[in-house]
Amino acid sequence: MSIEVRNITKTFGRFTALCDVSLSVPSGQLVALLGPSGSGKTTLLRVIAGLEHPDGGSGSVLFHEQDVAGQHARDRHVGFVFQHYALFKHMTVFDNIAFGLTVRPRHRRPGRDEIRRKVQDLLRLIQLENLANRYPSQLSGGQRQRVALARALAVEPKVLLLDEPFGALDARVRQELRRWLRRLHDEIHVTSLFVTHDQEEALEVADRVVVMNAGRIEQVGTPDEVFHQPATEFVLNFLGHVNVFRGRVQQDRVVFGSLAVDAPGAAAAEGGEAKLFVRPHELDILVHPGRFDCLPARVTRIQSAGPFVKLELLTEDGQPVHVELSHDRSNRLGLHENDTVYVRPRQSRVYLGQYSI
Amino acid sequence: MRLRIKQPSVLPGFGLTLGFTLLYLSAIVLIPLAALFLKSAGMGWSSFWATVTSPRVVAAYKLSFGAAAIGALINAVFGFVVAWSLVRYSFPGKRIVDAMVDLPFALPTAVSGIALTTLYSRNGWIGQYLEPLGIQAAFSPLGVTIALTFIGLPFVVRTLQPALEDLDPDMEEAAASLGASRWRTLRRVILPTVLPSLLTGFALAFARALGEYGSVVFISGNMPMRTEIAPLLIVAKLEQYDYAGATAIAVVMLLISFAILLAINVIQWVASRHRIGG
Amino acid sequence: MAGTIAFRTGSASSGAAGRPAITEPAPVRWALIGVSLSFLGLFLLIPLAGVFVEAFRKGAGAFFAALRDPAALAAVKLTLLVAAIAVPVNCVFGLAASWAIAKFNFVGKNLLITLIDLPFAVSPVISGLIYILVYGLHGWLGPFLSAHDIEIIFAVPGIVLATLFVTFPFVAREVIPLMQVQGNDDEEAAITLGAGGLQTFFRVTLPNVKWAVLYGVILCNARAMGEFGAVSVVSGHIRGKTSTMPLHVEILYNEYNFVAAFAVASLLALLALATLALKSFVEWRSRRPFAEAPDAAVLEDLSHEH
Repeated sequence: MSIEVRNITKTFGRFTALCDVSLSVPSGQLVALLGPSGSGKTTLLRVIAGLEHPDGGSGSVLFHEQDVAGQHARDRHVGFVFQHYALFKHMTVFDNIAFGLTVRPRHRRPGRDEIRRKVQDLLRLIQLENLANRYPSQLSGGQRQRVALARALAVEPKVLLLDEPFGALDARVRQELRRWLRRLHDEIHVTSLFVTHDQEEALEVADRVVVMNAGRIEQVGTPDEVFHQPATEFVLNFLGHVNVFRGRVQQDRVVFGSLAVDAPGAAAAEGGEAKLFVRPHELDILVHPGRFDCLPARVTRIQSAGPFVKLELLTEDGQPVHVELSHDRSNRLGLHENDTVYVRPRQSRVYLGQYSI
Repeated sequence: MRLRIKQPSVLPGFGLTLGFTLLYLSAIVLIPLAALFLKSAGMGWSSFWATVTSPRVVAAYKLSFGAAAIGALINAVFGFVVAWSLVRYSFPGKRIVDAMVDLPFALPTAVSGIALTTLYSRNGWIGQYLEPLGIQAAFSPLGVTIALTFIGLPFVVRTLQPALEDLDPDMEEAAASLGASRWRTLRRVILPTVLPSLLTGFALAFARALGEYGSVVFISGNMPMRTEIAPLLIVAKLEQYDYAGATAIAVVMLLISFAILLAINVIQWVASRHRIGG
Repeated sequence: MAGTIAFRTGSASSGAAGRPAITEPAPVRWALIGVSLSFLGLFLLIPLAGVFVEAFRKGAGAFFAALRDPAALAAVKLTLLVAAIAVPVNCVFGLAASWAIAKFNFVGKNLLITLIDLPFAVSPVISGLIYILVYGLHGWLGPFLSAHDIEIIFAVPGIVLATLFVTFPFVAREVIPLMQVQGNDDEEAAITLGAGGLQTFFRVTLPNVKWAVLYGVILCNARAMGEFGAVSVVSGHIRGKTSTMPLHVEILYNEYNFVAAFAVASLLALLALATLALKSFVEWRSRRPFAEAPDAAVLEDLSHEH
């Protein structure tokens, strides 16, 4: 079942949570809504579920090309997993999962045996078969998370919406569970949308990533696309650390101190301001300037614990630069603190005002 | 931006539950209370003033305020010791003692009234020991004070307990490590921290005592000018069908109650600001 | 303001676990405990014991004879009737008000909460007086009521109204803060799972607040059965007809029938003790600690894949 959102605006008092947002999620995909807190991602999820009403009947929400704007949350057949799970504390795991089936009107309610069978199936799916009689308070965070998911799946929802599904968990459990969620999705193929503020989580789990900021969608794309071809400065910044250099356009090049980068087509903005964005792993270090364009800088700190060697440098005009090198490369260079080195981007993105090249 | 009375919600029943709440609140509380103020407004300022400043009424106010204040003060001192003992120390039967503190809430006031009167009367369990000392407890202002102390007892203990439980042990250890004596720590560190709760408890006990009727009416003896409290005077006026007079006294008492309520809210507000700031 | 305390769900008052390392020397400790117990003994235990001793001063025969008196039985019946009306009505009100206040955002909410607490700030005598001013012979509705032969003041309806007033906030003030803390997640979850409004309320909301409701009901009931001042003003003290148990105690006491007065009073004292016991039980039940399973269990049961 596909989801489509058209021109949704939502304000809370003076705060604009969503500003004319449109989005379409193809059937069967697992999509991440990624953004900082306050970017409107949870509000968008709640609007899709029908838990929040868009302003003044603005826009529309379509499931499988059918407008559901007039439908109550109860009738949308959405599986919603809350950030803090919202498990019913006074019910066992079994009763929690069965809840959606037992509240159906009598003529649509499955028989007792069928409910039992369905719940057992779901317990098997979330691998908690032997905890059916426990209460939520007797479960770990990760187990509660999976019970909440099973409860949402019990009503056979058309779409599954998850609000920060791993937000309240320990780092290790988080990694384990998100891989499990990915495998689960590959098994059941329900169109799923999950909210996260963790770019690593979004990139690892999702088929597509929707990057949001300040109530607007910045970019929609595959994890590769948003990481390697960020559409906006915000996306670039949000998906990992990035070094920013400010310079000016001179003919077909953009000049940043002693560094110049080819920028065909930039000539139109002659003399204008430009920014160069380079991720730490896209920078190389040279001991001698050689014939390349590069920036001289002083090494202020070397941190070699971890998968990469992280360098902190300071350029002549006082700008800090972060560089990540492989241990191999770092050993070959034999760097020490206070050495003067030359920085050269292997790959970079130039932004002139709003245009990127 | 459009002004909204209520933010939209997916949950049902707002109109029904709020409608019922407002209707019931109006019928039971607001309209009858409004009747009190309208009635007193109808009697004119000069007769209102003459009623509430007549010697018998002033004497009743003085007794009510005096006895309630002394009772609340006794409760502030002993309530602190009780709360401290219950929070800090363990002793046999503590749970039962803790539960018993609420007895004055749970015991109907008429029962406490006749019990206290019997205890403190001339040949009662306690009264018999006071008599030779020349102290008359029942049917005197002292009796009124005893009853009002009883009725206000739980307030100081119950407002202090959570505050004492929340005290940061680090603070006391820090004070001790800086060489402060236990007494100094209490005076300079603990007391200022729990002062808002102590004041709130005092004000609650005071307010409750001001309006108290049942437990006082038996032990006071109800002698005009001497042991007649303000609520009793209202009843006396009612029995003489002097509705205007009863209403005038009631309005003054109600306004004082509201003022105390306001004072409590201000204490809480100031205290919470300090907590956030500090 | 007067008459109750907030439901203490937070920390346990048996503070032994969190007791700071520093404490007073043993003599000081025991002296303070001694002062506490003496104070409580003098002001609580002795009066309570006095009630029972006085009730049995002339033996069990006189005690039971006093309770079998038709006027006493009528007073017990009337007290039960008044409580049976006031408690459910204020319970329904408390739940309705809590739902509206805790689950929705609307203008004037804080004012409404303050107004609900108002009856606690009013002296019991004034609580009775205001109903006389509305329903009494010279009150607003007096002429209309007497023209239609409807008796409210100096009759049972007046007693019920005054009791409704003095017990008005009990359930609401326990449930509102709890519902506010719990938020709307559980209800929204129930609704996305297809539950209707009533199903959501009875199967999700009510179980979540049941201990607070029970706590409020216990306090409300104790006050409803024990109220004296407000009821006294509106009842007219008609023996066997408009006398509740506390009023009956007063009548007997003023007739110098002390044994009978204390016999009825001892029933009310038992009610108070039962109230305290139930209240402690509910406080203990509602803050029973739950052990949270360690998250290691998750890694364990996810590792055996099928």
